[in-house]
Amino acid sequence: MKHAYLYSLFGAALGAALCLPATARAAEPIKIGVIAEAAALGGSAIPNAAKLAAEEINAAGGVNGRMIEIVEYDDHSSASDAVRAFQRAANQDKVHAVIASYISEVVLALEPWAGRLKLPLITPGAASDLITKRVHDDYNNLKYVFHGYLASTQISDAVCESGKDLLIGQMKAKTAVVVSEDAAWTIPLDEEYLKCLPKIGVKVLDHIRLSPDTTDFTPIFNKIEGIKPDVMVTGISHVGAQPTVQWQQQQVPIPMFGVSSQATTSTFWKDTNGAAEGVVFNMFSAPDVAVTPKTIPFARAYEKKYGVTPAYSGYTAYDDVYMFADAIKRGGSSEPDKLVDAMEKTDWVGTIGRIQFLGKDDQFTHGMKIGPGFITGLMVQWQSGKQVTVWPAEAASGQMKFPSFIKTVN
Amino acid sequence: MVGLQILIDGFAISSLYALGAIGFTLIFGVSGVLNLSHGSIMVAAAITAWLAAGDYGAGSLGGALAGVAASVVLSFATYLLVVRPIQSSRAIPGEEKEIFVLTGTLLWGIMLQEAMAYFFTNSPKTVRPLIAGVVNIMGVRTPANEIVTAVLSWVAIGLLWLLVNRTRAGKALLAASINPRGLTLLGFELANIHLLVWAIYGVLAGIAGVLLGSFLGVSSDNVGTLTASAFSIVVLGGLGSVSGSLLAAYVVGYLETMTAYLVSPSIRTVPVLLLLVLVIYLRPQGLLGRR
Repeated sequence: MKHAYLYSLFGAALGAALCLPATARAAEPIKIGVIAEAAALGGSAIPNAAKLAAEEINAAGGVNGRMIEIVEYDDHSSASDAVRAFQRAANQDKVHAVIASYISEVVLALEPWAGRLKLPLITPGAASDLITKRVHDDYNNLKYVFHGYLASTQISDAVCESGKDLLIGQMKAKTAVVVSEDAAWTIPLDEEYLKCLPKIGVKVLDHIRLSPDTTDFTPIFNKIEGIKPDVMVTGISHVGAQPTVQWQQQQVPIPMFGVSSQATTSTFWKDTNGAAEGVVFNMFSAPDVAVTPKTIPFARAYEKKYGVTPAYSGYTAYDDVYMFADAIKRGGSSEPDKLVDAMEKTDWVGTIGRIQFLGKDDQFTHGMKIGPGFITGLMVQWQSGKQVTVWPAEAASGQMKFPSFIKTVN
Repeated sequence: MVGLQILIDGFAISSLYALGAIGFTLIFGVSGVLNLSHGSIMVAAAITAWLAAGDYGAGSLGGALAGVAASVVLSFATYLLVVRPIQSSRAIPGEEKEIFVLTGTLLWGIMLQEAMAYFFTNSPKTVRPLIAGVVNIMGVRTPANEIVTAVLSWVAIGLLWLLVNRTRAGKALLAASINPRGLTLLGFELANIHLLVWAIYGVLAGIAGVLLGSFLGVSSDNVGTLTASAFSIVVLGGLGSVSGSLLAAYVVGYLETMTAYLVSPSIRTVPVLLLLVLVIYLRPQGLLGRR
């Protein structure tokens, strides 16, 4: 009798154990890994925005009844830490997709792993042209990689496009010095600057690459002032606050215009004690512009939750979660190959514009389509503590104006 | 024109280096401790000043004072939580204590650095300058803040000189660096002198950190470089020699500035490191070292 009792207990336990996975599968969450440096401005916006998107999707009932779960990893902006996090995400935490980093060097290191482990990967902020070029050249292996931000070349083109109006039209600038930090993403950026600036009628007098660990920028500004350009066209991301503050303290009379990633977040004003006044920088969405109907509500919700406006990588990370969710919904599966197929058919209006990914025959395979009706870009300027959009005219909420120490030609 | 520019910029940065290194060398001279959390303490002072002046509306001066206060607190914490327990430990053999102190302060510095990165991100912060605007010195547009930096550095160094040479406590401190045993035989409590030297160190590192934050800006990523630069200056000048550190600070400051202006800003620190290697080869006791 005793044995029978034990057997039935065993049977019940076995039955329960067998049943569990079935019930669990019905509500199995969609896990999205987020790999970024928590201590950096551009990095911390990525998990923050992803969590916000996940909360919204879950509050609306999830994706086909499945909830979204964000799994965070801090990579300290180190490529080897990021690769370890990626492996853990794939093998141990069994995530279905990964959103990773705003640093090109890190994403380039992750790229082969996305192929090897067949885990869909998107970057919300890295810009190197190589990311999509590799997908183009080795599509069968690397088709799991998507570029959720623009390639450096596309960013230069967006800056030059705005330059027709802002540099030539408003500032009457004829000459420029290109100033960029020494990093993977600025190599194609600078190359394109040197091509597209002369095309719009701005002569490039010199091209300076900054070491990312520079702390004293006086000698650099001194040299640039000696060359007497009308404008500095910038490509700075990892350095940002220090050159901006020293530019203001030393009253370097040349405007800064171009890409300045740290300037995209509202904490930049505080970090620089307002030295950011007058800095003009490129963004693909801004807290004051309804690029799409989703932009302003996202920026507001983010600011309400985290107390600062999102860095540029926040907008894209938010869109990335929605795009993965949308692709899983349309494709009906979170299996890697089906997810990639569905992602390729994405047509999603996000916070930065209407997003479609370029095909395998395009130069930027799995990069985003740019141009009118898709993603166009904005130029934004810091004015009295606010980010004011100054280009394009139809989105602008103000005119460019510079602090008194700046000498513009007009 | 570039010559004058180098002269002015070099002077400001050298004065700041001198101030940063002098506390570092003083502690080594008096208690034989190489404090590798030096950079973290400087950055913590700057970040506190930034926070107090900005978020808490303490103004430039209030922020600066808060920064120095934070530095003194951390300096005592370093001594009482890290250095003294190692020095008085019976489990660690006497001859290994120095290496334990070295490792202990290094780890403590990393903890502080990570904490700052966690709470305030590693994005550089800049302390609001005490005086804004620029002054034209014979055609060189110099930020007023750069002049303030040099002047305050020298005021602090001057006050330290007065303290050491003109007060009883200061003289005891000097004596401790020459012959600690003799001092205890005269009835001085060595522990009090150590507390005094860590207090002085905290003030000096705090002022240096706040000034650096307003002059160039600091980030938790700079911690390693700051410790390394203080270390290089102190080794170059001669471990424990205050006048040697002052001299070395100017050698380092001007060599860096000249490299940045005349060669390239991206190899700014390279010649100094080469010089350091040469000094270690040819004159291991440093420029003005005694040992």
